[in-house]
Amino acid sequence: MNSDTTAITLTACAKTFGDGTRALDPVNLEVEGGETVVLLGPSGCGKTTLLRIIAGLEMPDSGGRVQFNNEDVTERLIEKRNVGMVFQSYALFPNMTVAENVAYGLRVRKMATADIDARVEEMLNMMHITELQHRGIDQLSGGQRQRVALARAIAVRPRVLLLDEPLTALDALLRDRLRVEIDALLRSLGITSIYVTHDQAEAMALGDRIVVMSQGRIAQIGSPRDIYHRPANDFVAGFVGTVNRLPASLLTGSPAAPSGEVMFRPEEAEIVTTKEAHFVGRVTSVFFLGDRTRLILDGGGEVPVVIESALREVIEVGAEVAIRIRPGGFMEFNANAREASA
Amino acid sequence: MEIREYPRFFALMLPAAIIFIAFFAVPMMRLAVVGATGEEGFSAYTSMVTTPRHFESMVATVLLSFGVTIAALVVSTVAGLFLVRNRFWGRETLISMLTFPLAFPGVVIGFLVILLAGRQGLIGTVTNALIGDKLVFAYSMAGLFIGYLYFSIPRVILTIMAAAEKLDPALEEAARSLGASPWRVVCDVILPALKPGLIASGAICFATSMGAFGTAFTLATNIDVLPMTIYTEFTLNANIASAASLSIILGLVTWIALFIARSLSGSTVAASA
Amino acid sequence: MQRRGIFISQLIFTLLVCAFLIVPVILSALAGVTENFFFGLKSGLTLRWIGEVWGLYADTIYLSLLIAISCLAVTLLIGVPAAYVLARIGGRTARFIEETIVLPVAVPGLAIALALIIMYGGFRDFRSSWVFILVGHVLYTLPFMVRSVLAVLSSMNFRELEEGAASLGASFWQRFWTVVLPNAKSGILAGSLMVVTLSVGEFNLTWMLHTPITKTLPVGLADSYASMRLEIASAYTLVFFVMIVPLLIGMQILSRDGRRSRKVQEDSPADIEQLNFKRPVTGSTDT
Repeated sequence: MNSDTTAITLTACAKTFGDGTRALDPVNLEVEGGETVVLLGPSGCGKTTLLRIIAGLEMPDSGGRVQFNNEDVTERLIEKRNVGMVFQSYALFPNMTVAENVAYGLRVRKMATADIDARVEEMLNMMHITELQHRGIDQLSGGQRQRVALARAIAVRPRVLLLDEPLTALDALLRDRLRVEIDALLRSLGITSIYVTHDQAEAMALGDRIVVMSQGRIAQIGSPRDIYHRPANDFVAGFVGTVNRLPASLLTGSPAAPSGEVMFRPEEAEIVTTKEAHFVGRVTSVFFLGDRTRLILDGGGEVPVVIESALREVIEVGAEVAIRIRPGGFMEFNANAREASA
Repeated sequence: MEIREYPRFFALMLPAAIIFIAFFAVPMMRLAVVGATGEEGFSAYTSMVTTPRHFESMVATVLLSFGVTIAALVVSTVAGLFLVRNRFWGRETLISMLTFPLAFPGVVIGFLVILLAGRQGLIGTVTNALIGDKLVFAYSMAGLFIGYLYFSIPRVILTIMAAAEKLDPALEEAARSLGASPWRVVCDVILPALKPGLIASGAICFATSMGAFGTAFTLATNIDVLPMTIYTEFTLNANIASAASLSIILGLVTWIALFIARSLSGSTVAASA
Repeated sequence: MQRRGIFISQLIFTLLVCAFLIVPVILSALAGVTENFFFGLKSGLTLRWIGEVWGLYADTIYLSLLIAISCLAVTLLIGVPAAYVLARIGGRTARFIEETIVLPVAVPGLAIALALIIMYGGFRDFRSSWVFILVGHVLYTLPFMVRSVLAVLSSMNFRELEEGAASLGASFWQRFWTVVLPNAKSGILAGSLMVVTLSVGEFNLTWMLHTPITKTLPVGLADSYASMRLEIASAYTLVFFVMIVPLLIGMQILSRDGRRSRKVQEDSPADIEQLNFKRPVTGSTDT
């Protein structure tokens, strides 16, 4: 861990807007220096509000505190916090070229022209957009704009990098590729980063830790594996993937279930012979997804069971399928997972 | 909006607010008060109905404005629709020429009417050559009508063209596929869709005609439209109270008309004459 | 066949309307340079009427220009910040304030002038200076500047641009000058042209507010229509046209540019390929 990095601490930060909307209930969060934390949740969960409080674009309700490395910055406006921010629609200045956009923060800081030019060139090289430097931003594609926005934010050497759904405006193929690039970038920079998204695949790929939020509250904090395999509650479990919940009575030979219910994810089910099966069902739908097949099984429960199998054999609708859940495949809610820091 | 920005917003709006209050709000209120200081007191505001001259003046102005509005709407709808739905060489030039007179002040338009229909006017010369009798109508209601029409057409056409551009061609095509003739398509599909735009621009036209002064001023002093009446009350009769009360009433009527226009269209209002 | 007929008849109608609007203008322009209007072009072309106009009314032209430019300066100074605030506040409050600012356009100039005279007529110096007229012009043209700038600001997400600039350290005024104003340029320009054009041509207010020593061009025009011969009045009108035609053309060019649509850039396959990193990004580790 680089000692130059900035740790962020939020204490009891809540936000109620002027018209009475309660966007955020009091939240505590500790982010280590150099860490990439992803705020994940559906729209309206408060993740963007939380990001903006860290940025200094919103002030927390009284009693809330924001600290950068033990320095209280709660009362400081964004202009003075030295954060780098990438906005959802990039907020590139239409009246400036790419190079001028990237140089903007440096000009505001009144750096020497030669130094500005050098730093801008470095940034343009890093993001592979040197040949675009004299273009107006209306001549750029979505992917190019995103890189300019990143270059501009990083050029000022911010203590913290804040990204507000930077990939949402792009189409799917580009999003996948750029996800890899951003991940590599954040790792090489080693800077403390807060990333907001509603896409769980993105969150899992990029985050050192994920903060799952819902309706203004934190539902769970943990590593991607923690969140996926040991979700704190129903909401988290369902948000990051599909979950099957069955009364234990429907299964034969499954481990004891104190709550009377068992949970497992579709990919934990193996197709086996009836002898070894935990559960048998009749196929009602088949979805061939290329790398795997999704089967919907009706086994007498209230809701159908969803399983995924990588088997190459074709399974017809109406067939009887017997499944067994792999060892360790049964999930339980991790009640201790709330508000845990690393 | 962060609360801490309010003082800055207030400071930024302050100059405009000061100018507005000092030079418009307060004087207008004083005007309303003065309007009631004549011999009749507050009933000066009802003098509109009681004094024959004022009443006739109001009626004449309203009828004229109304007539001009209808004429301008008809002419502009035909020409405007045509321009929006057809592309041809010279189209942009035509549009420019039609919207040119937008910034002409009323006085100039009055002068142009004199050139057209005055004693030495073009129409007079032409009719003299054709039928031996000079047709001169610049200094009558007809001349005023022509003048008002002149400054109304550019305004109305612009608004109608903007509204026509937003028409969904699919609706017309659907009507035609069901067998409607071009005339039916106009009546059943196009005009109803244009209705808000027509009302909005009609209200603007009406308001502008009601308040127009320069044109009437140039064309003669014995035409009695309300702005002229106000003017003569003030300058010739030195009847400040009467002029004031009539002005307030005229202001109210025009403001109501423009309010209707804005609430129906929500777009920028063209300048008045 | 029927469509062609409809097209032709509508075209002719539109051309007639055009003629109705343009012919008098041409007539007036010609009359201003003709020796004798009664005899028409046969009497020859001359510039002497324009010369006489200059001798009689040069001061009105200067005054109109002075007032128009001053009006522009004032509306820029007080109108642009006001438009910014309205764009930021939004909602019903902003609409209410906007409606209020527009009042001087709705109320007939005659009434406003009357109100000003009744209120401030007693201050001799003020009453007889050109500033008195300027006040009326500012009241009348301010809504157009504000509306124009407000329209541009409302059509772009300038709030996010401001936040972007703020995140990079720019203070309010730095953001205002380097980000907000440059991007509102088209609205400011359109508003400016509108203000100048309206001020040069304003009559209803100015006629009531003027004094023998503060005559603007339209006031002079009314004078000449009443008392001068046709040729001089026409020449004077011609001078007026020459002054405002560039402004009108400017406004039409601006509105035409505004109607042109923007092209959206697509991400090309080449772009996407380029992003496939074979090696990790090696930026400097100090950021």
